[in-house]
Amino acid sequence: VSSIIARRRHPAAGYAALAGGLVAVGVGYTALTGGFASASAPAQSTTQTAAGHSLFIATCASCHGLDAQGTSVAPSLIGAGAAAVDFQMSTGRMPAKELGAENDRKPTDFTPSQIYAIASYISSLGGGPAVPDASQVSTSGANTALGEELYSGNCAACHGFAGAGGALTYGKTAPSLNASTPTQIYEAMLTGPEAMPVFGDGTITPAEKKDIIAYITDTRSEANPGGFSLGRTGTVTEGLLAWLGGLGFLILVAMWLTAKRRDPIIHAGEEQL
Amino acid sequence: MSEFPEEPPGPRRVVGTPSPAPRSVDAPAGPEEPPFSAEPSMAEHAKNAERIVAALFILAFLAGCGFIAAYVGLEVGQATLPKGANAVVAALRSNVALGSSLAVALLALGTGSMIWVRHLTPNIEIEEERHDMPSAPADRAAFQRTFAEGAAISQITKRPLVRRTMLLATAPLALAPLVLLRDLGPLPQTDLRHTVWRKGLRAVTLGGLRPLTLADISTPGSLITVIPEGYQDDQDALAKAGVILIKFEPGQLNVPTRVVGGVTVSTQNWTLENTLVAYSKICTHVGCPVALYEQTTHHILCPCHQSTFDASTGATVIFGPAPRPLPQLPLALDSSGYIVAASDFTQPVGPSFWERG
Repeated sequence: VSSIIARRRHPAAGYAALAGGLVAVGVGYTALTGGFASASAPAQSTTQTAAGHSLFIATCASCHGLDAQGTSVAPSLIGAGAAAVDFQMSTGRMPAKELGAENDRKPTDFTPSQIYAIASYISSLGGGPAVPDASQVSTSGANTALGEELYSGNCAACHGFAGAGGALTYGKTAPSLNASTPTQIYEAMLTGPEAMPVFGDGTITPAEKKDIIAYITDTRSEANPGGFSLGRTGTVTEGLLAWLGGLGFLILVAMWLTAKRRDPIIHAGEEQL
Repeated sequence: MSEFPEEPPGPRRVVGTPSPAPRSVDAPAGPEEPPFSAEPSMAEHAKNAERIVAALFILAFLAGCGFIAAYVGLEVGQATLPKGANAVVAALRSNVALGSSLAVALLALGTGSMIWVRHLTPNIEIEEERHDMPSAPADRAAFQRTFAEGAAISQITKRPLVRRTMLLATAPLALAPLVLLRDLGPLPQTDLRHTVWRKGLRAVTLGGLRPLTLADISTPGSLITVIPEGYQDDQDALAKAGVILIKFEPGQLNVPTRVVGGVTVSTQNWTLENTLVAYSKICTHVGCPVALYEQTTHHILCPCHQSTFDASTGATVIFGPAPRPLPQLPLALDSSGYIVAASDFTQPVGPSFWERG
């Protein structure tokens, strides 16, 4: 530290401090936005309820209750349906690491067949949407343009125009959709996990759900005519880059332009003195 | 010398300039000045700076050539692209090539110029005195004389008929800009107070354009954006008529009373089965679409300025700059069981305006 103090009057100290600040903000921002591995959707089966019950007792019952009736810390799962179980577990949100308003996507420790066994058990408790099969989430023949219109009207407010996610109230966030499988997107619309509202088949038909999935998955592979996507979150990263990158660069240039020259100044008419 | 105390001590010298010593612009021509010689180390410094400047200028030349090459060489537009090529990818390549080559060319040119100024030219301070503000008396007298002569030649003082009709001729043209202000109108009349919603008009889903029954939106926590049936292509109407339908668990929804036309009414009657409520999707702050709905907290968040409304209590403002709750649309069911409006909104939707009261 003493060497830093000794050099704080060095001509490059101002640049170094500014560059250090910019780098710190940039690294901090990058650390906050990570990617997550994709989880695969389980295949459908109907004969694993008993296995699912014992898995439920081992991994879920401590919060949701021995009969999935819910406790003071976790909701009842009776009537939640297989789709909700598959969404929550295949995205790694359940089992939750800690109690909180929302859980983040993380790699799941469960195989698809284990997840489906638990889903089968929850489904046997009564009702709830089933896990969509492959033909329900296939986007072949989907109307991507209608999907864009539906996405803009119903999804983009929270998840952003290109599925990059966004902020909600009181620290909650709408997650990025980039890692979501078509099955998970379908299940999320059907069940409304966490703060997300439900978009049942009455309000957004199964065909329209396919259109929305087609829009979300198509958008991921779209090229960026401007050169850089900046995470496709829109104004946040664009503003961040403009203010820190652009303005920071201009400040550095201004400091360089106005920095004092080392050689002495000749004042007009003083040469003869 | 003493009036510039920040100057470092030591002999005056100017880096990188050949002798004789530089002469300031407005210095009087004095006797022959002593020959100037730079220190060898400084001459070496100047030589380096010269090389760097030249390298930067060559870089700017190459980047400028690259810009022209990129413009000529990279095809954009579906018509000129080879078959099967992606127009967006082609535009991306062209944009990046044009932008980066131009940026490098201008930056290298500017950086080279700055290094030239800072390391090669002598460091001379020049003072330039301001001119006196008034013109010289002789100039002013000449102007007055010319002006008087011109006035006499034009005869404008001698012929009042011409003078006055000329002023008359210019008067309407001077007033014309004021008249054109009328095109700012017409006033919106009652448009700001009303939307196209009316009694019996069905609510259809955005995009799908399907009318909804209560069974279609039966799951608590459901949300859907609806528009008035038949207005999907009327952007002026849609700009104000967007509505979000929100379904609650029984007992969760407690909308307050509102005063409509001097009468206090329970807007709970405007909901369906006390669990389905419709709010304007237009924020009452500056009119952004509000659709960030959290089914766990019943918050509706406006993404523009974080105004937060509580959907369970009549979209009352619980945070942010919005001055008033989102207007609630009275709902009813038609004879076929579809969700319809029971009337228009009872208050203006969207941002405040002067006469709103």
